[in-house]
Amino acid sequence: MSDAEIPQQASVVVIGAGIVGNCLVGHLAEMGWRDIVQIDKGPLPNPGGSTGHASNFIFPVDHNKEMAMLTLDSQRQYEEMGVSTTSGGIEVARTEERMEELRRRMTSAKAWGIESHLVSPAEVKELVPFIDESVIIGGFHTPSVSVVDSLRAGTIMRERAQALDAITISPVTEVQDIVVEGGRVTGVLTNKGLINAEYVVIACGVWSPKLAAMAGATIPLTPAVHQMIDVGPLETLQATNNEIGFPIVRDMDTFCYERQTGGSMEVGSYAHRPILHRPESIPSIEEARLSPTELPLTQDDFDPQLEQALELMPFLGDAEMRYGINGLLSLTPDGMPLLGETVEVKNLWSAAAVWIKEGPGIGKLVAEWMTHGYPEIDPHSSDIARFYDYARTWHHVEARTSEAFNKTYGIIHPREQWDSDRNKRISPFYVRELELDAVFFEAGGWERPQWYESNKYLVEAYADQIPTREHEWDARWYSPIINAEHLHLREHVGMVDLSAFAIFDVHGPGVVDYIQKMAVNQCDVEVGRAVYTPILTHDGGFRSDLTIMRLGDEHYRIVTGGGDGGRDAYWFKKNLPEDGSLTFEDKTSAIATLGVWGPSARALMESVTEDDISNEAFPYGRTKEVTIGGVKALMFRISYVGDLGWEIYVPMERGLQLWDTIWEAGQALQVRPVGGGVYGNTGRIEKGYRLMGAELESEYSPVEAGLARPKVKSADFIGKEAYLKAREDGPAAVMCTFTMESQVSSAGVERFPSGNEPILTADGDRIVDAKGRPSYVTTAGAGPSVGKYLLMGYLPTDLAVEGADFSVMYMNELYPIKVAVAGSKPLFDPDDSRMKL
Amino acid sequence: MRILVCIKRVPAPGAKINLTPDAQAIDATNLGFTISPHEECAVEEAVRQAEQHAGSVTVLTLGPPEAEEQLRSALAVGADEAVLMPTDSVAWDPMATARALTAGIAELEVDGQFDLILFGNESADSGGYQVGIRVAHALGRPMVNGIKGVTISDGVASARRETATSNEVFELPLPAVLGIKEGINLPRYPTLKGRMSAKKKDVVRSVPEHRPGGPHLIRLVTPAQQATATVILGTGPDAARGLVDVLEETGIL
Repeated sequence: MSDAEIPQQASVVVIGAGIVGNCLVGHLAEMGWRDIVQIDKGPLPNPGGSTGHASNFIFPVDHNKEMAMLTLDSQRQYEEMGVSTTSGGIEVARTEERMEELRRRMTSAKAWGIESHLVSPAEVKELVPFIDESVIIGGFHTPSVSVVDSLRAGTIMRERAQALDAITISPVTEVQDIVVEGGRVTGVLTNKGLINAEYVVIACGVWSPKLAAMAGATIPLTPAVHQMIDVGPLETLQATNNEIGFPIVRDMDTFCYERQTGGSMEVGSYAHRPILHRPESIPSIEEARLSPTELPLTQDDFDPQLEQALELMPFLGDAEMRYGINGLLSLTPDGMPLLGETVEVKNLWSAAAVWIKEGPGIGKLVAEWMTHGYPEIDPHSSDIARFYDYARTWHHVEARTSEAFNKTYGIIHPREQWDSDRNKRISPFYVRELELDAVFFEAGGWERPQWYESNKYLVEAYADQIPTREHEWDARWYSPIINAEHLHLREHVGMVDLSAFAIFDVHGPGVVDYIQKMAVNQCDVEVGRAVYTPILTHDGGFRSDLTIMRLGDEHYRIVTGGGDGGRDAYWFKKNLPEDGSLTFEDKTSAIATLGVWGPSARALMESVTEDDISNEAFPYGRTKEVTIGGVKALMFRISYVGDLGWEIYVPMERGLQLWDTIWEAGQALQVRPVGGGVYGNTGRIEKGYRLMGAELESEYSPVEAGLARPKVKSADFIGKEAYLKAREDGPAAVMCTFTMESQVSSAGVERFPSGNEPILTADGDRIVDAKGRPSYVTTAGAGPSVGKYLLMGYLPTDLAVEGADFSVMYMNELYPIKVAVAGSKPLFDPDDSRMKL
Repeated sequence: MRILVCIKRVPAPGAKINLTPDAQAIDATNLGFTISPHEECAVEEAVRQAEQHAGSVTVLTLGPPEAEEQLRSALAVGADEAVLMPTDSVAWDPMATARALTAGIAELEVDGQFDLILFGNESADSGGYQVGIRVAHALGRPMVNGIKGVTISDGVASARRETATSNEVFELPLPAVLGIKEGINLPRYPTLKGRMSAKKKDVVRSVPEHRPGGPHLIRLVTPAQQATATVILGTGPDAARGLVDVLEETGIL
């Protein structure tokens, strides 16, 4: 076959020969794929994308579990390919605030099983003799930090596919169009001809949005500049006779790093102004002086970093600046990769916004996903389906990536909220919430009150039950008003804005079979019943958990969290019968939802409706059409907070009237607005309710999560076989609720973990279950009604004993904790008597 | 000894050069800017001569305000002073440029004459080979172009120019003007300290007077590219026959 010819038929066309495309084709071939075609518009081995100018170093510690696991897997793969050098790396701190962040990183290192140490300035100096230790106050040393040859790794992965005779590789081949027929991708038109393909994967890094647009799909990322310069030659470095002989130093407070590269030092920066490009304006290979993603250094932007680099490493002063670029890399609105099938076009996949450190892990993950239906590592926060339409606009991508760029080395609080592009989705209650001084957090793009400053007076009323958070970090993005709202709701009644719910209606003949196929629990129920159910992957892990209401013989409503609506909509749509017999409607923007809960909830609602809402007429788990004031509403008797009450669904434009009606009637019953701090955290954790993406992940089964029902329905459903097996095997881990037995730090201050911290033995040793999964805090939060600070997390089954002692690490200190509940029994009101009055 | 180097800000394009829609300029959207390699060598030569003769180096450019970037780059590798003659959008032909530079130099020489004025052999963009010689002529000073070696002693610059077969050596009494050619030296890169001190230096501004009258630009034209094609003769042993054919065709075998 000559160079000009490419196959006319492929099982999968992978567009892109950077780190992701290369690792993907290697893994696909090893998983049995044949007739793979890989194309790139550039030459090999360096086609000119971001991989070609990457710094190639890997710091494995990340607060995010998914990213940490992908990075660790990637390090293993690079090692196994023989293209990895372990250099060690140190993150240095110039400020006490950063030292605290490094203690937090110690905690994450422990959680994910990565060896790290806090080191003194003198110890840093021992490891990196050319630094001026007087400008730092400490460091975080990770001996396993590595430097890899990502281009060589790419070649090795392509060669693995070639060795299996599984692939045709066609460099210098430009995509002219991606062909879509009936919503499904069917081929790729290139300058060398048309390739008919069953699957197409876009793995083109910074160009991906442009390629996706050819198919009518979206890959929301932006090319952004990361500046780096090469400084040398330096005798100290030359003397190592090595690509990398000294640990890499991240000067965290100046957002820059120094990494040896042979005889010179690469200085990279995340401190300059955000410089975004558009994929369509990236120069071509011919137009680029270096490569399309190595743009000319805008020196003025880099100059302030020179000074900071010199402070830390004075020996750089006399070295020459020989190379400097505005290197392009990919940024996404939330900083995570964009993986999975695109929501717009069937069989068109995205493997984009991936950095060197996670490339091989993601290559494997996407290959598993395409091969087996879902990967081994839960791709929850990388799934491209997580984004709603608003996030797929340039406006949003530009706003969020501009805001995030300077936080690349920043200290990000786990509860931190975005500043940019807010007020995108506004519930009808918003005007009243403003009047009540709501503090808004973002949920699925919606503005959702987290607490209400107008409830401040309640803090005094419940002062003896609300601990003070003395430490600024623990008090950040938090208010004691949350605890007060919680206690008030438990005593009286609260109104909760739930408009961020994602709501899908499915109807048509055969809808029962469809819903039964999707859900674990029995959904063939009478009209007016609702079912809370896990949604599983084919392997029996959690893909979602949500509520399904039967509203008619051929009509179901699916209600899920705002954070998961995108992924769930994708999954439900993907599994619709191909014959078009069912209608899927996303009603999220059409329906407003208000929660009314508390001991006085029935009294309140009875005062605004003439319909019978007594326990007998309207039992728990049922829905009912009622009229509230003049508003026709669907009420659903359910509770995520553990008290009597309803979710009330009304047309969006009637929402304000609903609010006003209930608000006015509720004054006599001391109704107060209650925010997401109670709904999503304190109320839920007291009841031990699980949350997708926290307790529930594809790596865990309903049996382990304590959500397995006594019986399994006879109807078939996705993941059934694996679920039955999980029931037979029994759980390898059990979800537990822990109480913190002491929160007092060595400094004598009460501390409040926020989630993702390691759960350890009482002596501080890591705990890993038989499947290799570590124990860590999936949710942390106050339990105002039980008078304890609570944690949730999995323990290996044999250790999950109520009353047993463990410890949790927080900011690198151990705190004693105790298993309060092993399994799903709520800590607060274990019999659910309050909800079922 | 006082040395002046005149430099010009030019785009640094890749293999393919795009023009603006009106064909009046190179589309520099994604391009960096630089000075020609000849001028880089001229700056380096000036710095070396100044080091050798305890002199000072001034860099001068006539160009858009952004040309300050090129002046600072010269300061970063050892020039002592920088002068910017900022231009507006008016087209500057070689005559107008030379006139303005001559006036600018006269102004700078109020403090004392430059013993040596260096130009790059030609600019990297328009390549007119004119400005240096026009300035020298206007100043009434001797000038030689294409210089790849300079020695200065006793008020005389000895300048070497390479021909195809030999070297020509010129002796010019100072003050003199030289057009420096790439290859005379290997220019240094800026050090971090050099860059930082360059950042802090003042750039003197002197607004030039534009007097029309020279040739003017009508439009730029991209010449037809010579098409080249790569033929793959085969891989492994299969390629041998084809390779032998090519070697025979080209008369090597």
